[in-house]
Amino acid sequence: MRDAERINSLSDLSLGSDCQIVSLELSGLLRRRILDLGIVPGTLIRCIRRGPSGDPTAYMVRGTLIALRSEDAAQIFVRKLSNGEECV
Amino acid sequence: MCAMSPSRVLSEVYGQAECVRNSYLKSFSDQIVADIYGNAEQITKHVLSKKESQRISFDLTIDNLVTSKWFGYPLMILLLVGVFWLTIEGANFPSELLATVLFAFQDQLTLWFQWAGAPNWVHGVLVLGVYRTLAWVIAVMLPPMAIFFPLFTLLEDSGYLPRIAFNLDHIFKRAKACGKQSLTMCMGFGCNAAGVTSCRIIDSPRERLIAILTNNFVPCNGRFPTLIAITSIFIGGAIASYSGLINALVISTIILLGVAVTLSVSWILSMTILKGEPSSLVLELPSYRRPKIGAVIYRSMLDRTLFVLRRSIIVAAPAGAVIWILANVYIGDQNILSAVAHILNPFGQLIGLDGFILMAFILGLPANEIVLPILIMSYLSTGSLQDYSSLEELRNVLVSNGWTWLTAINVMLFSLLHWPCATTLLTTYKETGSKKWVFLSFLIPTLIGFTACFIFTQVVQFFGLV
Amino acid sequence: MILSAEKKNNQFTVALAGNPNVGKSTIFNALTGLHQHTGNWPGKTVDNAQGIYEHQKKSFLIVDLPGTYSLLAHTVEEQIARDYLCFANPDVTVVVLDATCLERNLNLALQVFEITSKVIVCLNLMDEATKKDLVIDVPSLERELGVPVVATAARQGKGLFELRKKIFQVASGSLQPSPRQIKYSSDVENALKELLPLVENIANNTLSPRWIALRLLDGDQSFLRSLSNYLDIDQASFQFQDWEESKCAQ
Repeated sequence: MRDAERINSLSDLSLGSDCQIVSLELSGLLRRRILDLGIVPGTLIRCIRRGPSGDPTAYMVRGTLIALRSEDAAQIFVRKLSNGEECV
Repeated sequence: MCAMSPSRVLSEVYGQAECVRNSYLKSFSDQIVADIYGNAEQITKHVLSKKESQRISFDLTIDNLVTSKWFGYPLMILLLVGVFWLTIEGANFPSELLATVLFAFQDQLTLWFQWAGAPNWVHGVLVLGVYRTLAWVIAVMLPPMAIFFPLFTLLEDSGYLPRIAFNLDHIFKRAKACGKQSLTMCMGFGCNAAGVTSCRIIDSPRERLIAILTNNFVPCNGRFPTLIAITSIFIGGAIASYSGLINALVISTIILLGVAVTLSVSWILSMTILKGEPSSLVLELPSYRRPKIGAVIYRSMLDRTLFVLRRSIIVAAPAGAVIWILANVYIGDQNILSAVAHILNPFGQLIGLDGFILMAFILGLPANEIVLPILIMSYLSTGSLQDYSSLEELRNVLVSNGWTWLTAINVMLFSLLHWPCATTLLTTYKETGSKKWVFLSFLIPTLIGFTACFIFTQVVQFFGLV
Repeated sequence: MILSAEKKNNQFTVALAGNPNVGKSTIFNALTGLHQHTGNWPGKTVDNAQGIYEHQKKSFLIVDLPGTYSLLAHTVEEQIARDYLCFANPDVTVVVLDATCLERNLNLALQVFEITSKVIVCLNLMDEATKKDLVIDVPSLERELGVPVVATAARQGKGLFELRKKIFQVASGSLQPSPRQIKYSSDVENALKELLPLVENIANNTLSPRWIALRLLDGDQSFLRSLSNYLDIDQASFQFQDWEESKCAQ
C-alpha cells in the first residue's frame, strides 16, 4: 500500500494537512451532529489549529471551521491525501 | 384498505420498511445524509468560484492571536476585566443620576398622597415600600445592564465568543462538562436567569443540566453592587492609594473562586447524580463579522436589558411592600424585622454573619440587588430603604453594628455562594420542567455557602486573627 | 401541537428556515420591524418568534423557525422546524442561506425542497461573501435549485424589497417554483421504490410520499410519532414499544 493510502484517525492529523473522511465510528447524538455538519464519508477536511492546551482541534470542513475534541476525532477515520489532490 | 385504522397501516408500513432496511447492508440514515451532501457539493461546484482569498487569511490571523498559547488567555482576561471596568465605571454616573431623579420624585409622590388624604400605612406600603424598592432596583440595575448586555452582544455578534469556548474547553472537559458552558457563565455575569436560558446552546441534556445547576456560581449584575460596595469599604478603602486596583483584584479573586466552585460542582455532579454519556464538543467557529452597533444596542436593550429589568420589577415590587410591613408592624417593642433577626442571630454568628445579614439575604430572594438596602434599612430600623451615596456613611453604619473584615469577607462569600434569586429559580423550572432540579439548584449553592463561611469563620477565630 | 400560528383569514404564512448564525433573525427583524411577538413553542423551551408585515395590501405572518443544520430531527429544534414545515403547511417557506458557506447550507435547503415546493432561497451575507472573494453565480444557482434565489445583505438592508416581492409572488401563486429533488445513491433509490407503493396509502395530499418513505428508511421515529399525531391516531393503540425493539435488529 502506498503511504498516502494509509488510514489514520482524524486526531492523528498534523496541522495543515488534508485528508478525506473514510468512516465514522461515533454513536448517538454526537454522530448525528457531526454528520449533519457535513462530515460524511468522502468529505475533504483540513486540520487548521489546536486550542491553547492542544485540545480541541479546529477543522475546515466545507468552508466552515468546526472544533472537535481529540477523543471524538479519534473515532473518525480518514485517508491522507497526497500532495497532488485538491482540498477544501 | 379503508377499513383499516390509519395506525394499523402506519405500523404495518413501518414493519415492512424494517424488512427493506434490513435487506441492505448499509445504514440508510448515514447514506441519506451523505447523498444530500453529495448533491450540495455538485450544486456548489457549478455556481461557486473562489478568487485567491485574502479574507480567510484575515480570519486565520485573528484566530492565531486569540487562540494562541501565549495570548489567548491574557486576551480573554483582559476582555473580561475591560467589560467589567466599563460596566462598573460607566454605570456610576447614570446610577447616581437615576437615584437622584427617582428619589426626588418620591417626595413629589408623598406630597400627592398627603394631598389626597391617604392614610399613613397606604403611603408607607406604596411609596416607602414599593416605590422606594423599585427606584433602588432600577437605579442600581438598569445602568450596568444597559452597558453590560450591549457589550456582551457585541462580543457575541463579532464571533469572538465561540473562541472562548474553544480556548476553555479542555478545562471543562476535565470537569466532564461542555466547553460551551463557559458562554452560559459569561451570560450569567449579566443575569443568572438569562444565563440559565442560554444553556439551551448545549446539546447534551446532561451537560445542559450541569450548566443550569451551576450558573448561579458566577455573580450576576444584581450581586456585583454588593460585592463592590463591601470591597471598597473594607478592603480597597484600607489601602487608599491603590484602592481601585485592589478592588479590581478582590472582585477578580471572587470571580475566580466562583469559576473554581463551578468546575468542582460540575465534576461532582457528573460523577454522581448526572453520570452518563461521556461529554463531547462540536463547536462551530464562525467567521468574524463587524457587528452593526445600532442593531446590537436595539436588540440587547429589547431582548435582554428590558426583559431582565421587567422581571426584576415584577418581583421587587411586592417584596418592597412586604419589607415595609415587616419593618413597621410591631410585636411588643420590636418590629417583626428585628424579631426575626434575633431568632436568626445565633445561626448567623456561627457562619461569621449576623441575624440581620442572614435575614437580608432571605428577604433578597426576589432580587439580589435589594440585599444591601434591606440590610442598611434593618440596621437603622427606619423602616424604608435608604440611598447611601457616601461609602463613609455606610462604613460607619456597618462598623457600629459589629462588622469586621471577617464579616465583610463572609458576606462576599455568602453573596457568591447562596441560593439563586426567585427569577432564576423560576427560569430553572421553566427550562428543566422539574421541581427536583429547581430544588437542587437551590440546595447545592446554599449548602456550599454555609459550609464555606462556617469553615472560614471557625479557622479565623481559632487562630484568633480577628 | 405546533400549529399555533395565529393566522387570520386572507393572511399568508411565511416560514423562515435556516442554519444557526446566518442572519435569519436580522431578516426577520428587517421584514417585520416592531410588529412581532415572541414566546415559546408549545411545551418546548425553544423561542418562537412571529411577526407581521404588509406588502401589496396583503398581510404576511412570518414564523421564525429555530435555526437548525438539518431537518432529520435529532434535536428538539430540528423536530419543531420539521413538524412545522410538514404539518402547518405555510404558504411560503424562505430558506436563509449563508453565502459564505453555501455547501453546508444547501444541505438544509435540499431537505426543505423535499417537503414543500413553495420555497424561496434567500442567499444572505452576500457582503461577507464578497469580502471573502467568493463569487456566486446567482442565476445559475436559481437554475440548479429550481426556486427563486434572492441575494441579500440583510444587515445593510439590501435585497429585502426583492425578497418581499418574491414572497408575494410565490404566496399568490403567480410564481411556481419546482425545487430540485435530491438524487440518492442507487441503494437508497431502490429501497425507496420498494417502499413508495406502501406509503401512498398513508400520505394525503399535503405530504410527499417520497419524504415519508425516506423517513421510514431513516428509521426516524420522532417523525412517525408526529405523523401519527397529525393523522389523529390514538397514541395508545400505536405500538412504539415494538418499534424500539425492532430497531435493535439493525
